[in-house]
Amino acid sequence: MDYTKIEREPMRKLALNDEILLKIEKPARYIGNEVNSVMKDPGKVDIRFVMCFPDVYEIGMSHLGIQILYDMLNRREDVWCERVYSPWVDLDQIMREQQIPLFALESQDPVREFDFLGITLQYEMCYTNVLQILDLAGMALHADQRKESDPLVIGGGPCAYNPEPLAEFFDLFYIGEGETVYDQLLDVYTDNKRAGGTKKDFLEMACQIEGIYVPSFYQTDYNEDGTIARFYPVHPKAPEHVKKQVIVDMTDTVYPTAPVVPYIKVTQDRVVLEVQRGCIRGCRFCQAGMLYRPTRERNVDKLKEYACQMLKSTGHEEISLSSLSTSDYSELKELVNFLIEEFKGKGINISLPSLRIDAFSLDVMSRVQDIRKSSLTFAPEAGSQRMRNVINKGLTEEDIINGAGQAFEGGWNKVKLYFMLGLPTETKEDMEAIAVLADQIARRYYEIPKEQRNGKCQITASSSFFIPKPFTPFQWAPMLANEEYIARAAVVKHAFLNQLNKKSLRYNWHDAEVAVLEGVFARGDRRTGKVIEEAYKLGCIYDSWTECFDNEKWMKAFGNIGVDISFYNLRERDAGEIFPWDFIDIGVTKGFLRKEWEKAMKAEITPNCRMQCSGCGAAVWKGGVCIESKN
Amino acid sequence: MKARIKFRKYGVLKFLGHLDVMRFFQKAVRRADIPIAFTSGCSPHMIMSFAQPLGLGITSEGEYLDIELTEPVYSADALRRLNEAMAEGIDVLSFRQIAEDKKSSGMTIVAAAEYLVLPKEAEASALREYNSTEPVFPAVWNEQIDAFLAQPEIVVLKKTKRSEKQVDIKPMIYDFHMEPGGVCLKLAAGSEANLKPDLVMETFLSFIKEEDVKLHYHRREVYAENPKADGPEFISLEALGWEI
Repeated sequence: MDYTKIEREPMRKLALNDEILLKIEKPARYIGNEVNSVMKDPGKVDIRFVMCFPDVYEIGMSHLGIQILYDMLNRREDVWCERVYSPWVDLDQIMREQQIPLFALESQDPVREFDFLGITLQYEMCYTNVLQILDLAGMALHADQRKESDPLVIGGGPCAYNPEPLAEFFDLFYIGEGETVYDQLLDVYTDNKRAGGTKKDFLEMACQIEGIYVPSFYQTDYNEDGTIARFYPVHPKAPEHVKKQVIVDMTDTVYPTAPVVPYIKVTQDRVVLEVQRGCIRGCRFCQAGMLYRPTRERNVDKLKEYACQMLKSTGHEEISLSSLSTSDYSELKELVNFLIEEFKGKGINISLPSLRIDAFSLDVMSRVQDIRKSSLTFAPEAGSQRMRNVINKGLTEEDIINGAGQAFEGGWNKVKLYFMLGLPTETKEDMEAIAVLADQIARRYYEIPKEQRNGKCQITASSSFFIPKPFTPFQWAPMLANEEYIARAAVVKHAFLNQLNKKSLRYNWHDAEVAVLEGVFARGDRRTGKVIEEAYKLGCIYDSWTECFDNEKWMKAFGNIGVDISFYNLRERDAGEIFPWDFIDIGVTKGFLRKEWEKAMKAEITPNCRMQCSGCGAAVWKGGVCIESKN
Repeated sequence: MKARIKFRKYGVLKFLGHLDVMRFFQKAVRRADIPIAFTSGCSPHMIMSFAQPLGLGITSEGEYLDIELTEPVYSADALRRLNEAMAEGIDVLSFRQIAEDKKSSGMTIVAAAEYLVLPKEAEASALREYNSTEPVFPAVWNEQIDAFLAQPEIVVLKKTKRSEKQVDIKPMIYDFHMEPGGVCLKLAAGSEANLKPDLVMETFLSFIKEEDVKLHYHRREVYAENPKADGPEFISLEALGWEI
């Protein structure tokens, strides 16, 4: 025969046998070997690191942060960073039955043999999956019960800004952006290992690195009413405050120009260009908008280079931009025009984030997508102008109607609207205003002469329930009970039925049960960690997946542990209350946030960072938008 | 112009489903900078079609896809560039030009496929020359295969996603014989008649009352009817093309 016979033993060995892989859904989730994944000789590195996104592969692989860290850590010769994601429920069951330990995708080696297990915490509803990871890896859930040989478990990501519900499960947390002190942390680890030091020795050194929080070195005392009396270090070397890590100059940071290319279709199956970090807007409900201050832009020429390199290295057929409020990126026009001119003819799709609707974005949209199929997206977040002032969403009814009007005249006829329900000070009128606003957009559509219209219009409004988050002006705000959320959604639904154009309008709302839980863990303290553990033991995993979420089990877990949901969700916190996350210094001061809360109560707006500095505190980094006007 | 790519699939990538193999090649063709043509219209996509889907878990050294090129590329050059863009578990074996007419391209021409069946534990040797004289299956299978094929008809229950029906598979078995390294099967493939190797082996094993034999399937080649021959004669899809 004329074909070449291969000489080498085919392939590395997989952790799962063929029988299992042929039985489970999407076996390619577990085989690794993707293009651009990094293979190293384990004998030639000092540190084995495994980075975890505690959700299914398709979600985890869509996350830019992990790609950045994976790339950054693997640039070090002494480190091999691999990946692991939550096994889906079918494999989860098999691994438990057959006692197969959780393994990393690249080497297929057990996670338990690694030096570090890094877990990114992107949303509260992944907390039971964190326990699943630890459990399947064969480690004790509690850090203080784990063995000296077990990996150090380190958490990061937005939920690490209130790490307290997870405090007992982690050895340490990295607060802030990964680009700053990981090198230092890993050097300290190697030094300690060489010197024959213990895990505790390492943690003692680690806690002195800026941005690193070692929860076992801190303690909380509570008042009789359940609020925090005092939170303090119990280790002499642990600092009182942990300072968020920020990469001040984004131009020279590492960027993963050859990201891992998954075989199976994942949620974000495209090249992603992060154009900036942070947001100038200051919406009062938005945690990311406060956490990632100051707003820092990436250099447009660098981004163009990355785009070319990444499309070449991955072969992806789509590219998208990523950031908060991408319309505020000052070089947006130049970047988007470049992408269209450079790639449109090569069969590359340009996928746009939701942009502020204006002449520019409509022009761009008409160039990159089919107007008949695509829809416009607005996120007014609240129906009435008063409510929008409360949340400091600087989008007026006029903006929306004019934007929609321009789009309708350009041929669009579908609009999506996003709202929140249960916002502080919300009245029945505010709720009904959601329907009224949707109807007004429809009215604007039907003002266009019939022969110039593209059939009927379709306005779809959806609402989610507002959840107060740490480090936002609304961190003092009460939430509502489950029944009250349902009642408010019913008010909106009813209002929709009374609108003139009700046949062109649709309204749907998100589940309230999950919102209640998210509320508890977003602002929870250490005592809520026991509930997560109990829920996990009762069988909860994949809580962010409707087909897996089981509210009854959660309610049972709260009952069994004796934690009262209303304490966390239903009371308005006092101005002087100590929050579990107060020890973290994000630059933005509690004083500023409190002032914003008070302005919210008076429905007063605050200008954005480019219009006027409001002195939030993020200027301590002397970077980004804080120094723009001074350059 | 049209080109035909032949590739093999082995190791951990046998767990990659057909749709994912298609996605893999779409991206690989871009990484390799192959001048592939796109359909016109609002959402252009690559002009690329695959021969015969390969079942999950089966390895192969005879997989095919046809693509449309906007400009010629040398076979050797394309082969090198594509192989640089592959992952471990998929290698491109040839890159050839094929005739423009519908009879030689498109995947409607697929008529048969050849498989090597071997014991599960010998899977790794599927891609290697079999050197031992020791046969991997009992010698008695020789006669049993003859007896199996001597039946007037071999009726099995064929299950599809929508229905189940009784089918005589005998006319779809073109060859079934023992080799030192395993069993060779040549079976009908394509849109008109299609027979999977595991169905044949399961039927055979139950015919000889053997259970618990774990097998691995390896596709060796995919064939078309030779358009130049008078009678029925198979020719590999690769042989219908020529080097550029």
